[in-house]
Amino acid sequence: MSSNNNHHDHPKENFIQSYIFSVDHKIIGIQYGITSLLFLLFGFSLMAIMRWQLAYPGTEIPIVGFLFGEGGVLVSDQYNSLGAMHGTIMIFLGIVPLAVGAFGNYLVPLQIGAIDMAFPKLNAASYWTYFVGGVIMISSFFMPEGAARSGWTSYPPLSIFENGQTIWLISMIFLITSSLLGSMNIIVTIVQLRAPGLTWMRLPIFTWAQFVTSFLLVLAFPPLEAAAVMQLMDRVASTSFFLPSGLVMSGEIVEVAGYGSPLLWQHLFWFLAHPEVYVLILPALGIVGEILANNTRKPIWGFKSIIYSMVFLGFVSFIVWAHHMFLTGMGQAMSAFFQTTTMIISIPSVVILTSYFLSLWGGSIRFNTPMLFALAFLPMFGIGGLTGLPLGLAASDIYLHDTYYVIGHFHYVVAPGTIFALFAGIYYWFPKITGKKMSEMLGKLHFWPSLIFMNGIFMPMFIQGLAGVSRRLADGGQSYAHASGVLEWNEFMSISAFCLGLAQIPFIVNIIMSLFSGEKSSRNPWDSTTIEWAAPSPPVGHGNFDKPVNVYRSSYEYSVPDAKKDFKPQFEK
Amino acid sequence: MEIPYSIEEREDTGLINSKLGIWIFLASEVMLFGGLFSAYIFLRLAAPPGDFEYWASKLSVPMATVNTMVLISSSVSMVMAWASLKLKDFSKFKMYMGITLLCSALFMVIKYFEYTSKFSHDIFPSSSTFMAIYFTLTGLHGIHILGGVVVMLYFYLPFSHQLWHDQPEHFTNRVEALGLYWHFVDLVWIFLFPVLYLL
Repeated sequence: MSSNNNHHDHPKENFIQSYIFSVDHKIIGIQYGITSLLFLLFGFSLMAIMRWQLAYPGTEIPIVGFLFGEGGVLVSDQYNSLGAMHGTIMIFLGIVPLAVGAFGNYLVPLQIGAIDMAFPKLNAASYWTYFVGGVIMISSFFMPEGAARSGWTSYPPLSIFENGQTIWLISMIFLITSSLLGSMNIIVTIVQLRAPGLTWMRLPIFTWAQFVTSFLLVLAFPPLEAAAVMQLMDRVASTSFFLPSGLVMSGEIVEVAGYGSPLLWQHLFWFLAHPEVYVLILPALGIVGEILANNTRKPIWGFKSIIYSMVFLGFVSFIVWAHHMFLTGMGQAMSAFFQTTTMIISIPSVVILTSYFLSLWGGSIRFNTPMLFALAFLPMFGIGGLTGLPLGLAASDIYLHDTYYVIGHFHYVVAPGTIFALFAGIYYWFPKITGKKMSEMLGKLHFWPSLIFMNGIFMPMFIQGLAGVSRRLADGGQSYAHASGVLEWNEFMSISAFCLGLAQIPFIVNIIMSLFSGEKSSRNPWDSTTIEWAAPSPPVGHGNFDKPVNVYRSSYEYSVPDAKKDFKPQFEK
Repeated sequence: MEIPYSIEEREDTGLINSKLGIWIFLASEVMLFGGLFSAYIFLRLAAPPGDFEYWASKLSVPMATVNTMVLISSSVSMVMAWASLKLKDFSKFKMYMGITLLCSALFMVIKYFEYTSKFSHDIFPSSSTFMAIYFTLTGLHGIHILGGVVVMLYFYLPFSHQLWHDQPEHFTNRVEALGLYWHFVDLVWIFLFPVLYLL
């Protein structure tokens, strides 16, 4: 603790005040981090159960089989529940809170030299709203109706009549509120609390990414909230926002006023959910940018084009949503428009990725664990992005829509893409957060198997998808003749998934071991240039820095010819 | 620990934190109501001709007109309340804030009679798509009014004098942010009134 902060006149806070209901952005960031990592693990386990079913349909699930009906065999309804909850938990409770809630909260104030977020209490409120939303979501497993089973997209009319959806909607309203509070806070913090001298073009890539991401969250989530309210009305007040006239269910006409439209839900849903894709990927791109610059010991190539691309990406992401809806019969003019904008939005993504690849050129690369994850991110995200192009073109999408090809595509973006970047970020900033270094050996033991098994899971999905195997089949396609040629991949993918689970053990061990017996870290263990490394490791109490921060130069001045060391930090004259 | 620019403006942005924050919040609110308004357009286009007009004719235009006046008055008194704080006149602030609270209460009372008169004629959200969007939009708007009332009470109840006394400038800024929110809620109604009652 430094002596110049004004903590003296406050009584000492007890454990609950300082670690549970804290308003310090660092503690809230860690709370977000731990909670969302647990949700990621939980979402992963749901997937593991589904993958068992796909590989060995009709056999008893090992270990957790007693949870699932007769003989421990998964029935289709339960499979649907697991699928819907896997998607929901991974996206809304796992990755977004980890990328924006944890990394954004912890690092944005540090990277801009601020003592805290602009609204510390709102920040705590954001975490607790998220927590309550998560509890409600998980509680739906124990409700008499069971968890939601209409997919994470919750398309009506199915979602209006299926069990469990009401709890899903209520939980989503909490989660939307939470991310709204959090992202508002990040925007105000970045605009208002930058240290003296930190101009916009001196902001690090990670902070820029958080800035754009927060705008997407603020502007794209409310329409889904509106849609969620309407779906709730459809379920609770028997309105018919999303139910057409003359809808027949189980041979009987549904008694509603009618004239509603299932397409309306899809429009409102994808108006959020497409920008949401960029919410998932932009923070990852930010993290990777930081680590690449640091470990190639070079300024990042094309810094300005990357920033402009991110901002452009943010804008265009609002006008591409209906490329998820080519098969809904919304009309050719609409399809043509959205296919054009979709092709346009691939340009900034390629600019960013190309700049990152070019940044490697001629660098003296340090292959430490964060760098390995960041390097693996590049081709993995590349595969994910490029396989998206055929889906963005209406003609080829007609064939590929709702097949395993789509699952493979977006998992390549999110799993070995975003999640690898988040792993990289954890390894990279762990010394700053805890003051201890993580083990390199365990880190590599985590990285290599993860990389192999990730590809083992998702690469065969392209093969299955191109053969025409649909997603969301509880038996993995056993009952379809056209799937029979590619079904043997199911077992391979499932075994890869189980091994991927095992490959996370070194990571968990590494975190716990390093926390207690890791090597002590200095302020700036990676010889980095950005401002968070000016703070002590871990940053001091409530206030972060032990001396005032001034910023003198742009963010990545590595390999400066006349410098004493090979880098010039932003915060040193 | 004091967060910078909570009270004085930052030189290069010319803003205090809470003002930027409330504007961003309002942007998200625009998107929330924007989503519902676009749903209205979407459903109206899908409905058979005359259906929306038929159901809209069951709403009470006089009640809504009175409510529009009430809400506009509350916006005016909200500005006066803030202006009184700028003039360091706390008792005037209390008076104007009291008027704003009265107007909001009156608005909700009229809304209550509007709703119950619909229910007594067996008109519910499930009666038609128009009624569904009507109840959803006005209901959500009503929740926003109630939210505003809760915050207003916080600045109106007896302990607010202590808040004012401790940090007058901070108090004024908070009321300004509340005022911006209130004008937005008012503005939403200005859109709702013609769209639901008159078109």
